[in-house]
Amino acid sequence: MSIASSLLVVAVTALCTLATRATPFILFGNKRRKVPAAVLFLGEVLPPAVMAALVVYSLKHISFEAQGLWVNEIIGVAATALIHIWRRNTLLSIGIGTVVYMVLVQGAFL
Amino acid sequence: MFPDNRIVKQAFLRTIPVMMGYLVLGVAFGLLLQKAGYHWVWALGISLFVFAGSMQFVLVGLLSQDASLTTVAVTTLLVNSRHLFYGLSFIERFKAMGKRGLYMVFSLTDETYALLCAVGDVGSTEDRDRLSWWMALLDQSYWVTGSVVGAVLGSHITLDITGIDFAMTALFTVIFVEQWIAAKNRLPAIIGMVCAIVSLSFLGPDRFLLPALVATVAMLLAARNLVEVRR
Repeated sequence: MSIASSLLVVAVTALCTLATRATPFILFGNKRRKVPAAVLFLGEVLPPAVMAALVVYSLKHISFEAQGLWVNEIIGVAATALIHIWRRNTLLSIGIGTVVYMVLVQGAFL
Repeated sequence: MFPDNRIVKQAFLRTIPVMMGYLVLGVAFGLLLQKAGYHWVWALGISLFVFAGSMQFVLVGLLSQDASLTTVAVTTLLVNSRHLFYGLSFIERFKAMGKRGLYMVFSLTDETYALLCAVGDVGSTEDRDRLSWWMALLDQSYWVTGSVVGAVLGSHITLDITGIDFAMTALFTVIFVEQWIAAKNRLPAIIGMVCAIVSLSFLGPDRFLLPALVATVAMLLAARNLVEVRR
């Protein structure tokens, strides 16, 4: 691909990405109009729902058919969640959860 | 108002999990782009101006297969469509941030969104907004650094850090747990989880998220009375 057409492809990607992120603000960000109540409601209740979806999203490639491939992820997530419920310290939970997962993928189930 | 260095330190501490994930994934992106025959300047430019994790990996493919601009546009809109929903929680907040708010809109990735949802009470509104801005800026700086390092070093990297990007799964998990504990009403979290799992099992890993989010929004709106009364 030539430099010019590569640049065009990158520019289109950048613009379309920005478009998806800016849409809610373009639709509901108007200073003179009030944000509709349904949108305010969604803004308030979506975070926990989206976070649940993002946990699933970041685990989307686990396969329950291949043995051992999902065990690491499940143990990693469970360890993270349990340590977090126990100590409520974000960095501690993420740190230990990640180390547990790294030990598992680099050793035990490879 | 806290002094700036305290805000920056807070922002750094809170973005450490994202740093681990973004550096690793950024390096992976840089490597891929370099293998596709692009100079590291491209990695720098793309991570500065596109700044969308999964889409940048797709972009490498589009660049190497000579895709048409229409294909590029449609693919980008589809891959990033989940972002349509993130701004809904920050309309008033970003609007009040002026020029910095524009950068917040541009840089609203999954991970920055998660951190912003978990920002909590940090004293004043100004401190919260400055903290949010620094977290967004630091997140992008990790991503840019990772991409450039990956593209410059190429395949000379030998350190075995397999699995370190699990930090981002752990970040989502922790924020989910936090919201689960704090929620007066757990229905939204349950709806989100069920929609995601059902959608994943029917549509597979590459196409499940948008339908899951659309279904979540529809069900939340339908259950609005239930959610609001019990709050």
